[in-house]
Amino acid sequence: MVDSVVIPLLKIVIVLNATLVAVTYMVLLERKVIAWAQSRLGPMRVGPYGILQPIADAVKLMIKEDITPNRADRWVFTAAPIISMVPALIVYAVIPFGPEISLFGRKVSLYITDINVGLLYIVSVASVGVYGIILAGYASNSKFPLLASLRASAQLISYEVAVTLTLVSVILMAGTLSMVGIVNAQYNQHVWFIFVQPIAFALVLIGGLAETNRAPFDLPEAEQELTGGFHTEYSGMRFALFFLAEYANMIVVSSVVTTLFLGGWLPPFPNTPVLHALYYVPSWIWFFLKSFAFLYFFIWVRATLPRYRYDQLMRLGWKVLIPLAIANLVVTGIVKVMLL
Amino acid sequence: MAEAIAFYFLSACILGFAVLVITTRDTVHSVLFLVLDFLFVAALYVLLGAQFVAAIQILVYAGGIVVLYLFVVMLVNLKRPPEAHQDPHRRTGWGFALSVAVLVELAAVGAYSYARPASALAAAGSAGMPVTGNTEQVGWLLYTSYLIPFEIASMLLLVAMIGAIVLAKREL
Repeated sequence: MVDSVVIPLLKIVIVLNATLVAVTYMVLLERKVIAWAQSRLGPMRVGPYGILQPIADAVKLMIKEDITPNRADRWVFTAAPIISMVPALIVYAVIPFGPEISLFGRKVSLYITDINVGLLYIVSVASVGVYGIILAGYASNSKFPLLASLRASAQLISYEVAVTLTLVSVILMAGTLSMVGIVNAQYNQHVWFIFVQPIAFALVLIGGLAETNRAPFDLPEAEQELTGGFHTEYSGMRFALFFLAEYANMIVVSSVVTTLFLGGWLPPFPNTPVLHALYYVPSWIWFFLKSFAFLYFFIWVRATLPRYRYDQLMRLGWKVLIPLAIANLVVTGIVKVMLL
Repeated sequence: MAEAIAFYFLSACILGFAVLVITTRDTVHSVLFLVLDFLFVAALYVLLGAQFVAAIQILVYAGGIVVLYLFVVMLVNLKRPPEAHQDPHRRTGWGFALSVAVLVELAAVGAYSYARPASALAAAGSAGMPVTGNTEQVGWLLYTSYLIPFEIASMLLLVAMIGAIVLAKREL
């Protein structure tokens, strides 16, 4: 009873709450880092160095007026933010933050569940998230959101193909779809997959930026052309849901890239006797350090690179990333058959 | 018992949403009900222990194909319902023949599974393979017992792809 119901429920509650807190603080981190990149201070007023800013933001968003435009499709308009948020959160069910550890004399795994098709689960749930954006644009019944949502859906579908094809070569290396299994495969092969699949790593990273609508691929919310993007007509907490979903997706992409390419919870060069001292650092700390590095990278890219033009974006997706992904898959397959 | 309740609940939802898909007036709503329908079908697959098929169902149908439907529906303005054809009996003969064909097919599948409950998958499952999370099992069967249908299906997809390119490109 305790092992099958209480502990999983506790884990779900902890992961969900930790995610929401992490997401709000990601917003602060982004504002701070971008401010530093532009030699500003960023939020400084609320709390020391502005560390209470997310709370002030949350309160502000909650007490704002919640407007539904007259001509909007009411049901779909309400459902769209929910549809974007839910897939972003339920993906955390299969992300392994650490291996099984013993806690208070009980074996507890640092992941909610390990299903046999873990990676496929993530890809398929993420593919449902695109509905949130499309429907938001459609239901607003307004020009700019509709344009933005058409752009967004074209972008997401194109890059989804490239990312999914690339993931197949990682699956070939690991021989399993389970997230825990992929980490264990890296443990058994003594190497992080970033060193054996560098092209796949680059492709997934670029695709991840595009899938989360982050700069330089943030066309769906290009302010200069679209006033605000697919969420132009949203206000208050509904707008906040879109915003939070974007950051939750960033954390998902970072965690997935960490798990697939940087050995998840494993220290550098896992399973090497010389580096055994690295195992004294708890596994989940390695995981969070690596994920944090990616989150920082995301913000850094946003502060550095200008936005792509729409035709450039499509060309990059279809004519560069997808052929590269296929080539990488074929080479991986041949090497795997020849050598192993 | 719990499985039976879950099955009947899911089936009721699937049928209910399927009815809503064809009765809703707004085309976008109808597409959305189709997505919900696909999600519930995926849940049904999970109930059967076919997690791989469930994930593929969501990825391909809910996440891929229906997004394209939605695209088309949003780009083609369907706010005005299409006018009814002059002659209401125009397609009745064909429709009747098609529904009889589907009915016969369903009956045949039912009779076949009733007569031979041990299908290929169940036989493979009893041969010491894991029952849940059957990615390997599906791959194995596709590349051994069902190799020729699999290859024919991929040829069909290739032809469809080339056809789409030929139709979309004015000049090659």
